[in-house]
Amino acid sequence: MRRVLKALARPFTETAGLARWMLVAGILITAMFVIMAVFAPWLAPYGFAQASSGGVDFPKVGHPSGDHLFGTDRLFFDVLSRVIWGARTAIQVVLFSIVICVVVGVPLGLVSGYYGGWLDRILVLIMDAIFAFPSFLLAIVFAFLLTNLVGGTVLAVSLSLSAIYIPQYFRVVRNTTVSAKEATYVEAARAIGASDGVIMRRYLFGNVVQSVPVLGTLNAADAILTLAGLGFLGLGIQSTDAAEWGHDLNRALADASSGVWWTGLYPGLAIVLLVTGLTLVGEGLNETLNPTLRQRRLLPVVMPPRQPATDDGQES
Amino acid sequence: MTTSEAPAGVHVPEPVISARDVRVWYGTTRGAIQAVDGVSFEIAPGETLGLVGESGCGKSTLGRGLMGLLPAGAKRDGEVIFKGRDILSMRRKDAYELRGHDLGMIFQEPLTRLNPLMRISQHFEETIRQHEPDLSKDEVRDMALEAMRLMGIPPTRYKSYPHEFSGGMRQRLMIALALVLRPAFVVADEPTTALDVLVEAQIVQILNDLRRNFRASLLLITHNVGIVAEACDRVAVMYAGRIVEQGRVADVFRNPQHPYTRELLRSTISLSTTGLNFIPGAPPDLVDPPDACRFHPRCPQAMEVCASRNPVDIERPGGGRVECWLVGPKDQIPAGGEQPLKQEELTVADEA
Amino acid sequence: MIWVILTLVFVVLRVAPGDPVSAALGGKLDEQALEQRREQLGFNRPLIAQYWDYLSSVARLDFGKSFSDNQPILHVIRDNGGATLTLTLAAFVVALLVGIPLGLVSGRYRDTVPDVFIRLFGILSYAAPIFFVGFLLQVYVAEPLGLPTSGASSPITAFTVKPHTHILLIDAFISGDSTAIQDVLKHLVLPAVTLGLLICGVFIRLVRVNILQTMQADYVEAAEARGISRGKVTWRHAFRNALVPVITVIGLQFALLLGGAVLTEATFNWPGLGQKLVDYINDRDYGAVQGIITIFAVAVVLISLLVDIVNALIDPRVRY
Repeated sequence: MRRVLKALARPFTETAGLARWMLVAGILITAMFVIMAVFAPWLAPYGFAQASSGGVDFPKVGHPSGDHLFGTDRLFFDVLSRVIWGARTAIQVVLFSIVICVVVGVPLGLVSGYYGGWLDRILVLIMDAIFAFPSFLLAIVFAFLLTNLVGGTVLAVSLSLSAIYIPQYFRVVRNTTVSAKEATYVEAARAIGASDGVIMRRYLFGNVVQSVPVLGTLNAADAILTLAGLGFLGLGIQSTDAAEWGHDLNRALADASSGVWWTGLYPGLAIVLLVTGLTLVGEGLNETLNPTLRQRRLLPVVMPPRQPATDDGQES
Repeated sequence: MTTSEAPAGVHVPEPVISARDVRVWYGTTRGAIQAVDGVSFEIAPGETLGLVGESGCGKSTLGRGLMGLLPAGAKRDGEVIFKGRDILSMRRKDAYELRGHDLGMIFQEPLTRLNPLMRISQHFEETIRQHEPDLSKDEVRDMALEAMRLMGIPPTRYKSYPHEFSGGMRQRLMIALALVLRPAFVVADEPTTALDVLVEAQIVQILNDLRRNFRASLLLITHNVGIVAEACDRVAVMYAGRIVEQGRVADVFRNPQHPYTRELLRSTISLSTTGLNFIPGAPPDLVDPPDACRFHPRCPQAMEVCASRNPVDIERPGGGRVECWLVGPKDQIPAGGEQPLKQEELTVADEA
Repeated sequence: MIWVILTLVFVVLRVAPGDPVSAALGGKLDEQALEQRREQLGFNRPLIAQYWDYLSSVARLDFGKSFSDNQPILHVIRDNGGATLTLTLAAFVVALLVGIPLGLVSGRYRDTVPDVFIRLFGILSYAAPIFFVGFLLQVYVAEPLGLPTSGASSPITAFTVKPHTHILLIDAFISGDSTAIQDVLKHLVLPAVTLGLLICGVFIRLVRVNILQTMQADYVEAAEARGISRGKVTWRHAFRNALVPVITVIGLQFALLLGGAVLTEATFNWPGLGQKLVDYINDRDYGAVQGIITIFAVAVVLISLLVDIVNALIDPRVRY
């Protein structure tokens, strides 16, 4: 237990000024959005697709006011509420897609790296091809196919996001597996007659899974942007199904020329903040884990004045 | 500094460089590493001083400290007089002018010390122009080719890129580059460690010829006692941040005064070696070094006094200096201090 | 590599969705007409034959016709590819001009006030989605500077400039009409800046990390030991070596740039391939989507080849 805490605290204890602050700021921002996502029904003044309250219709594209702190948009929705509910959608999609990536990518990488052979070669080839392809275009294609098949739901979008990140998980897990399976403890396990399944589950999995959190943090930021991009193009989640920042910005863009700023500014800021928070966490982790970038916290050197004994020695 | 401390029996002119009570400490998360802690020596013109010791004893740090190439968070003090000026306290800009021109440095790994994107000619031109901006293009070229010739590199290779040379050739290039402006003092930090044996012999020969070809004084840092015997005039033995014994190579090696020097020489392998010797225990942690004499936990002849009082730097019999209570001064050892020290048993784990 | 990518495109877009014709045109035409179209496009033939057709059509650079508006896809690519090319190249220039100097300063003066601000700028410019930057520019910048926010030129320019290369900027220069040139350039500013900012953050980060690493390199220390001045060490030794890996990664950034171009074109109503792609997607036109995606895939592979060549020119260690 203590060791776990110590390992968790390592990014804090071993970094100097700036990297440490970046990490703390990133965690705070991310935590804020997670709280928004979890408690959206209590935090948001209205529902995400609510156009009237107490029998009174909301104004269309209404200026920010006491009733609607961030104003309302052209569909009569309250912007503040949609920003808060949007956090829930974003976090949901990111969590879903990371879970799918882990569930698909990690076993695939393990098996591919462990057995090698033609299966490994084909998988590597396919994953490399997907990896080389512009990821956003890939997301567009998958969203296009999936929304045709299952409609614009959270699940469809999460699936298309996972499609672009699975190759990364596959690569990392496969490469770690290839190097880990040569390790002496795996050799030893094989020597005492452990089956392939046991070796993969007991010995390799724990080893390989350590790289997943860092990858997950880095991908989460990118996933938020991709989700918003799909929403902006109208390929994501429909406005009435859930609040989605990217899609809201699409509608706001039409108002931009008439000087309506509140419908776009707040969802946009929400995206920027959340992505910044996640990036700060990722960068902070990276700076502490990558030894060539790490700047250790150095205690200032204080040279004590010469001890008389030493001085005697020098003078004699 | 007076010349009275110079090795006895040799009349030496004013030393090229004289270091006095130099300390270099690194900051870490655990506290300061006392990598060099009170070191004094001097080197005469054209003389080669060998600095030997185990890995991590602070010998490389000392060399870098003299050149002013220390990482952030390091501190140094003491006094190093070079050409009448203290190079430890001089301004950054002056230090830059001195480096390369009056002070040269040869590094351990020649493979990574040349910029892979620059031709050899560009390395030379850059160095020479930095310090002698008034020279014409031809003069620069002639200087560079002359330095390369002395290192046995044909002028046809002048326009080549670093990756086109072998390891030994690159080290000779590095030496040519360090010496092209004829610095008065050169630090060579383990110049042969990364090279194979045949090339090593070649580089040692070149270092031996430096005096004749370039009239440079040399501080040769190495862990290889054999190289010191071959290429140096005097030797300084370093242990845990201090120079424990120094003197003429022949004197020190034939008649070592400090137990550490003795152990170091005994652990050297030669043709007549029949069994392997090693010094039990590991070099001390320099964040928290042992009290008093730093060698006392590993010393086979440790006395009570060694664990309680700092040894005194005295003249060693036969010239040079040594820091060990076994040698003296006897009158400063408190009563009963000469009792053998009860050493804690070294466990196998400690030695590993 | 290109073969693997093309096969993937084929599997995903032709095999997976089942019958593209009814997806695109179902409801608009009766069953008999649909069957006719299927036959015409060869969709009733075995998949393996269709696969062969696809590969050979790519080799002949002939992508067939779109289902929805019956346009030759090659013409669509020709007419709109120029605009995408102009946009991506201009954005690239913006990103290089802004990103590399900032990254250099930030890495060289690590942990100083400028470093903090530059890094924050880098993170923000990456974190801000294209369309949000575009939105902000449209609301707060376009009006005061009098910059247009939609399209690649005014209708009048598009009408007067004769198409030679189908790249509007070059055509405008060929026509020699200074108002047309100005008009085209003005339209280019905001989209190029918006897309440029996206990758500029990546460049800052990349250059900074590489500078930090090369500043610790052995040859940098060796240069300092030769008394080479700080500025020259940074410039000649650290900076030049830091740029080598940057060029390699630029190839990967091109993929990011293409994805960003789709969003930029949608934001600024830019008549490029990305915009066309979105249109065809909304029309459920699988044939056209497949053609455009194929062209993007080919472009990505070509760029990575180009990067290898540039790399060989810069780094003397790489020779073919």
